[in-house]
Order: sequence, then C-alpha cells, then structure tokens
Amino acid sequence: MTGPPPAIEAVDVSRTYQLDGVSVEALRGVSLTVRPGDHVALVGPSGSGKSTLMHLLGGLDRPSGGRLVIGGRDVSVLSPPEMATLRNETIGFVFQAFHLLPRTSAVENVALPLVYRGVSARQRRERAAAMLGRVGLGHRLDHRPNQMSGGEQQRVAIARALVTEPTVLLADEPTGNLDSVTGAAVLELLEQLNAESGVALVMVTHDQEVAARAQRRITMRDGVVVADSDAPHDRPLSVDHGRPETLVPAPSAEPRSVSGSGPGHPSGGSGGAAGATGRLPHRPAPADATPTPASGRGADDADAVTNGGSGS
Amino acid sequence: MRVAEAWRVALDALRANRLRSALTMLGVIIGVASVVLLVAIGTGTKQKVEQQVEGLGSNLLLVVPGKIEVGTAPVVSPLTLKDVDAVSRVVGDPQRVAVTVASGATARAGARSDFTTVQGVLETTPAVFTRSLARGRYLTGTDVDTSRRVAVLGDSVARALFPDRDPLGQQVTLAGVRFRVIGVFAPLGQSLGVDRDDEVHVPVTAAQRLWGTQRVDGIAVKAPDRERIDELGERIVAELNRRHPDTEFSAVTQQQILGVLGDILGVLTGVLTAIAGISLLVGGVGVSNIMLVSVRERTREIGLRKAVGARPRDIGVQFLLEAVLLTTIGGLTGMALGVGTALLVDALSPIPAAITWWSLALAFGVSAAVGIVFGVVPAQRAGRLDPVVALRAE
Repeated sequence: MTGPPPAIEAVDVSRTYQLDGVSVEALRGVSLTVRPGDHVALVGPSGSGKSTLMHLLGGLDRPSGGRLVIGGRDVSVLSPPEMATLRNETIGFVFQAFHLLPRTSAVENVALPLVYRGVSARQRRERAAAMLGRVGLGHRLDHRPNQMSGGEQQRVAIARALVTEPTVLLADEPTGNLDSVTGAAVLELLEQLNAESGVALVMVTHDQEVAARAQRRITMRDGVVVADSDAPHDRPLSVDHGRPETLVPAPSAEPRSVSGSGPGHPSGGSGGAAGATGRLPHRPAPADATPTPASGRGADDADAVTNGGSGS
Repeated sequence: MRVAEAWRVALDALRANRLRSALTMLGVIIGVASVVLLVAIGTGTKQKVEQQVEGLGSNLLLVVPGKIEVGTAPVVSPLTLKDVDAVSRVVGDPQRVAVTVASGATARAGARSDFTTVQGVLETTPAVFTRSLARGRYLTGTDVDTSRRVAVLGDSVARALFPDRDPLGQQVTLAGVRFRVIGVFAPLGQSLGVDRDDEVHVPVTAAQRLWGTQRVDGIAVKAPDRERIDELGERIVAELNRRHPDTEFSAVTQQQILGVLGDILGVLTGVLTAIAGISLLVGGVGVSNIMLVSVRERTREIGLRKAVGARPRDIGVQFLLEAVLLTTIGGLTGMALGVGTALLVDALSPIPAAITWWSLALAFGVSAAVGIVFGVVPAQRAGRLDPVVALRAE
C-alpha cells in the first residue's frame, strides 16, 4: 500500500481477558489501518469489542496476540513509560464522560498533557488558551468543569485531546452524555477539526446517522470486524458498505466545509430511518447532524448509556 | 516541570480534603510532639543533674564502703573518725576531707515539726562541697571537737520550722535532743526529685552521740588537682583496705557519678522516646491508610492522567509527595507543639526541659521518612494502575 505511513496499523490483533479464571476473547484477529486524516466510525453492538479495540488503538492496552504499530512503533516492545510517552505524542482521547479534572480550570485541564511533555508553564497556558479558542471556548479559560455545561465540558476535553497535536483522535461515544443539539455541535466540531488539522478521527458511536457521516465505517461483532468500508477486498464481509473511492483521497483532498452547516438544513431529516438504512452519501455539508432531536437521538442516548455501563 | 505539577496536585489534594488531611496529620503531630517533648525533658534533666553534680565542687572524690554499682546492697559502714584521720594523712591536708553520718529524724521547734535528714559533718564541709550560707555561720572545729549541739538548717527546714521568725539563735529538737540554730543554708533547689534543702547539719561528734554510734557513712575528699585524682583515690582505698581487710571500698569521682547517672537517664529517655516513637509509627499507618483511600477515590483521575501521557512514575511521585506533605506538615506542627509544651513544662513545673537542634532535625527527618515509608505502597499501587481499568472506575 502506498501513500503516507499509517498512523496506526493492527494486524490480526487479539485481546483475551482473564475473568475469574475464565478466558474471555474480547477481540479475535482484528486487522485494520488508520491513516492520517482518516474519519472512521466504529460501530457494533454492546460487547462487540469496540471499546477494547479503542483502548488498543490508543495504546492504553496491549494486544494478547498479533501486531499493533502506533505511530511507527510496535507496542509489544514498549515499556509502560514508553507507552505513556507514545500516547502523549500521538493520541488524543475524548471520552463519553469527559473525564475533566474537578477543581481545575478549563485552561489547566487542556494544558494537562503538556505537563507530561515537559512544556513550560507559560507555553502550556498559551497553547491551551489557543486551543480553547479553536473549540469556541476562548471566553471560558478559567471556568471550572462544574461551572460549564456538558457541551462546553466536552469541548474542553476535545481541546485537551488536540493540544498535543496528535495524529489520531480517539472518541468513545463523545456525544453519549449530551443532548442531541449539543451533541450535534460537538460532532460538527470534531469533524471540522478532522478536516482542518488532518488529525485522524476514530469515533465509537451507536448512532447510525453519525456513523453514516464518516468517510469510513468499521462494523464489529463478537470481537471481529465484520465490515470495513475501507478494505472490501481484504476479507469477505457480511455487510458490504465498501466504496472503493474512499480508499484513495488524501486527507486534504476532500475538505469538508462545516461553516455552512446549521440547523437550517432539514434535508437529512428522517432521523433513525436514515441510520438504519445505511450510510448517507459522503457530502461536504454535514447538515444532517442536527435535525432530529426527539425521534432518533433519544433512543441512541439510552443505548449509549447501556453500552457505557457494560463496557466490553 | 513534572515535579512542579506533582507538588501542585499534592497540595490541591490536601486542600480538597481539609478535615481528613488534618485528622491524618494529627497522628503524626502527636507522635512528633511526644518525641520532641520527651527528648527535651530527658536532655533537660541530664543537663540539670550535670550542673548539680558539678556544683558539688570540683575534683571531688567520694569514698564509701561497698561497690558503686546498680543493684548492690548497701553495706554497713565500718568507718570511724579514726579512719577519717588516716585518710587525712594520706591526702596530707585535713581541710580537704569531709565526712557524713546521716539519718532521718524529726526536727521540732515549738508546735511545728518537719521530718528531715540530719547530717553529722566536719567543719570542712563548705570547703569540700560548694555550700554557702544565707544567714549566720557554719560549724567550727571547736563545735566538732566539743560535740556542741549547734545546727545549720537547710532552706526548707528553716521555712518549715520558722515560717515567720528568724531561726538564728532559736532552739530545735532533733530526735529529742535540743540544738541551737547558728546558720541557714542558701537554697539549692531540687535534684532528681529530691529536695536538697531538706537537711540539717550538726557536728559529726554530736550526731554520733545522738544515735549512739561511732560510725561514719562516707568520706569526701577534694583532690588538689584533677590529674592525680584517680591515683589519690587508689591510695585512699588501699589505706582503708589495710585498716578494714573484710570490707571493700570504692572511690568515685564526679565524672564516674555523671557517667552512671547519664547512663540511667539515657536508658530512661530512650525507653520513653521509643514509646513516643510507636505513636509516630501508628500515625504513619494512618497516613498509609488514607493514601490508599485517596488512590481509590482518584482512580479515574489516575486513568485520565495516564491516558494523556503520565508515566507510572509521574503518578507514583504525585502520591508519594502527598504522603510526604502530610507527614512533614504534621511533623512541623508536631515540632512546634512539642517545643511549646516543653517550654511550658520547663517554665511552670519542676521538670526541666531543654530543646536541642538535633532532636528537631531528627523529628523532622523521621516524619519525612515516615511519609516515604508509608506512602510508597499506595504510590506504587497508583502508578501501576491499569489505565483502562482506572478510566472505567466509578
């Protein structure tokens, strides 16, 4: 395969847990490649291994078998401190539950990863403040998490994930704890940042509609990838959403304009139905993020909560 | 940079749980304060005893029958005034030799009475020991030679018997026999809980007649020079052994007395300090306990920090610092409390207390060490947490 070197490459990766002496195979031979600038949606039912895969891709965990290369480094040879440095340099995390430090201002929360990179206090604040400006919170620098709405908190978390300029942004149900309007805005922001900065965005979601907006969709079930729109030829897939053309474009070749979108576009409006029927055509204007506050999202939120509780 | 963050976080953690931090520190505070206070009392007592022994007079040699050892039974003295004369010949100067024959007796004056120690002595006593008079005069050679019934009172005895009168020239009855008061000692104060002003000096000859004995309990010699004090002691003991082959005699110097007393006080102080140290240890266990709680409470935070790039060591240092801050802040507070209490004890009670810099340095060092020792396990546990598990914690 040609093109830029992959940001993350997993080859036949498996992950087995020991639970009360019983082996549980959370992942069974997953292969996939995340390239710089990718926009990937990771979907699948609860317990399908999505979260386990995210943890592996983010370098929080190590595979029991197979080969996992993050940022050009094989994680099997890395010590825990080296893994920590690798996460700091290449990965940004956005969690469903925000995971902001309490009693700590927005700007300090955002600056946290820079602390572990050894950046000076002044530079930390400058860069964190600039990043907060990019997520639209330039006026909230010294607010604490308990003084901010859920949407604002998630924006702070996104700024924290991106302040280190990582190559991959991993978002695990980033809108799961948000109402639909706020969630849509957060999604827009993520997509915009993905398009602007070229950071690869890998997002776990239960929302078919959200998944449909991704450039690429990976479906998991029972610890294996059952569909990857990026690699239709690699394996026999039970559900084929493959679009060969998505293999080709470089990140910058398909800029998404977010500025033009807004609640004024009712075009994608059939809610859950759109998600259920499959992905929408991949178009510049992701206006379909906002219009279904009541019908589709309510159910998805409930689903997300269930998933968050059971883990993988 | 990372250490600065660890400091900031550790301080913030203590501030976020003020009451819990204070209660945890209390264990360390009590432990350190007790150690500081007890060491101060031990040191103060030792210093005071040294002062008093030195204050007895310099180059002093005490000659007594029997062995000077802890646990040996006292020996009935075979010494008489003839032996004292023999010792004077060895020394070469009778003015440097003092004796005592002592016994408890009730002193009465009018309706008042006081149980005290009556010492039969020679007129040389003030020259050999350092004693000075507040009023009147001391015994003379004539008083001793003629067994005159005259007495010099210690300060407390004088106060007890003559609270509102001048004792000079008054009569006191010692063991039923009348003596005339010719002098009163200047006060000496207490030593090891004994009131050194609670005594009455009378001529040794009068005392022997009072108790119907020829005995002398002990002989004190003021050596002419410090260098030859041991040799002089040996010669005196040899002379006494020649005269009383059945009895052993010992000659001890101030330095030896100080050594024995110092040993006893040292053991006492050591035992008390060790007990106080145990409370410091218990305080340390409390710190360990609360740190484990802190790690559990902040498991999600640990997970997040690891996710954004904190190494196991960064997390470990953060919690270790928190533990060390708990114990050193507690240690400093305990030191202040211990020093304050020691100063109060010294000022308001008869117990002497002296603060030494090394005891403070030790207390601070130990409290920091307690933080490290008892913080290591929780800190390691925090550092080793699996980030995936930590992020998912409740």
